[in-house]
Amino acid sequence: MNNNEHISFLEHQGKYKGIFAWIFATDHKRIAFLYMYAIAAFFLVGAILGLLMRFELIAPGETIIKPQTYNGLFTVHGIIMIFMVVIPGLSAVFGNFFLPILIGAKDVSFPKLNNFSWWLFMFGSALAIATQLLKSGSPDTGWTFYAPYSTTTGTSVILATTAAFILGFSSILTGLNFIVTVHRMRAPGMRFFNMPLFPWSIYATAWIQLLATPVVGITLIMLIAERLFGIGFFNPDLGGDPVLFQHLFWIYSHPAVYIMILPAMGVITEIIPTFCQKRVYGYKAIALSSLAIAGVGFLVWGHHMYTSGMSEQARWFFSLLTFIVAVPSAIKVFNWITTMYKGSIDLKPPFIFALAFIFLFMIGGLTGLILGSVATDIQVHDTSFIVAHFHYIIFGGMGFAFFAAIHYWLPKMYGKMYNFKIANISAVSLFIGFNLLYFPQFIIGIQGMPRRYFDYFPKFQWAQVISTIGGVILVSAVILMIYNLIMGVRKGAKASANPWNGTTLEWQIPSPPSLENFDSAPIVKENPYDYN
Amino acid sequence: MDNNGSHITEYKVLIRILFILLLCTFITIEITSFDLAAFTVTAALLIAGFKSYLVLSYFMHLKYESLLLRILVSMVFLLFFVIVLITFIDYSFR
Repeated sequence: MNNNEHISFLEHQGKYKGIFAWIFATDHKRIAFLYMYAIAAFFLVGAILGLLMRFELIAPGETIIKPQTYNGLFTVHGIIMIFMVVIPGLSAVFGNFFLPILIGAKDVSFPKLNNFSWWLFMFGSALAIATQLLKSGSPDTGWTFYAPYSTTTGTSVILATTAAFILGFSSILTGLNFIVTVHRMRAPGMRFFNMPLFPWSIYATAWIQLLATPVVGITLIMLIAERLFGIGFFNPDLGGDPVLFQHLFWIYSHPAVYIMILPAMGVITEIIPTFCQKRVYGYKAIALSSLAIAGVGFLVWGHHMYTSGMSEQARWFFSLLTFIVAVPSAIKVFNWITTMYKGSIDLKPPFIFALAFIFLFMIGGLTGLILGSVATDIQVHDTSFIVAHFHYIIFGGMGFAFFAAIHYWLPKMYGKMYNFKIANISAVSLFIGFNLLYFPQFIIGIQGMPRRYFDYFPKFQWAQVISTIGGVILVSAVILMIYNLIMGVRKGAKASANPWNGTTLEWQIPSPPSLENFDSAPIVKENPYDYN
Repeated sequence: MDNNGSHITEYKVLIRILFILLLCTFITIEITSFDLAAFTVTAALLIAGFKSYLVLSYFMHLKYESLLLRILVSMVFLLFFVIVLITFIDYSFR
């Protein structure tokens, strides 16, 4: 096409002007930007709360905040990071922007519903943040809202659960939209098995969003009903069963981990063949392993409950299933490594972030096996080992994949390029800061340091100090990275349509794309990663 | 794609289904007067499952959709069944 005639979606004049052209946008790319800016802001808030906790823990006893404030901090840190950053993160931002483009579509199936999902997301997020401002104080239950404590505490649990409920609705509608888009909007000639692998991961994620989220929605309504009317679902004094809450909560919240990590795996699967200039190894195995993770991931929730009083038979059953879910995850890792083997590797920033992802995700995954086994899990349950494992999976996994994705696709989204040197420095600093922050938590976790505790024995201080230093490095690196990206967007060199020499459909259209992505029907290749 | 064709269901079929659904609702209420012990919930779920099948098949036109979509919806029900079953592994042995 003639690039002189190209009008990008950013320049396109629609029905509305100014801010309204954004907040009422139905273009999937603009909605992706709306999510990205909101999520970036929430991430910074969550990171500041996390850093405050780290400063509190730099020495035993009270240092900068009171114990009740600490309880509120870890709860709101968890709610913001889980429900407002990590769950929507990759799916709502890069899924929205690139799913339609990668399958050769003009938009998602339901553009208006897509915009409504964002509004729901913002409304739910506003309610979650409002819990900080209420007289009753921020909820102190942890992001898991475990009963029976959550049925009795005087803090603002009802508002926080209502926020999570509304955020869940947003997630369901986004998932529904993506499933229909993949089924109905693929370009002519694009079958399921010549669809790129990021759409595969988003498709598997969307099924989890659609099927698992209603369970937590119902659970949170039951919790609200319990608090308001004393029905007795979960409170043993009223004949209820607190373990039932844990079952219902984790039936959603364990698959939710896969909502977070599956799109991350999809991103890495896009980046590795591009920067190795090699066809992805085991295409079908990677595609089907996404579905396998989504499917088996539904059946392993009980490994969060080994110490909750569950029956012995259920414990070994969940332990078995947990080990099985490691198989499809390992398939992906083996395929990524094999794709790199004898590839023409180009160590550009997205690939460095992708390598960091694999390293950190492997540590998170392997320590997960320690938690999947009943015997070892009981030893480290509710210790800082869990905190370390969880952050290696979620921040080391999803977080680094998000950073990889923004460095990979930013030239396409904005048509500008960032500074590679600063990007590399921020990637290495992030990696160092991250490991300094979380790895010591594995060690003191095994030694018995409980999670969510405001105070600790002096013997754990060495690790808490290292973690706090790591936290400062990490946050500084994040600020450097964001600065570099902003400067790239504002003053960076113009990016070409295909700066990485990629083969998937987004690299066949101008940067940034036009309103409807394709001016003519895209040419669909038999293998989307054909570098021959 | 092979799913773009539309299908119009006759009114008399829809009305017939509506009456079957009302009958099922009546049975759901009446069956509570029998003491089915541990199978009370099972009976209610079976009737509700049959009603869902009718709604999905006729009112939501799944009957006229491609095999792939019918399999996907069936998988959802299978998943629900497996989750309930696994949960009761805990409750049955506790």
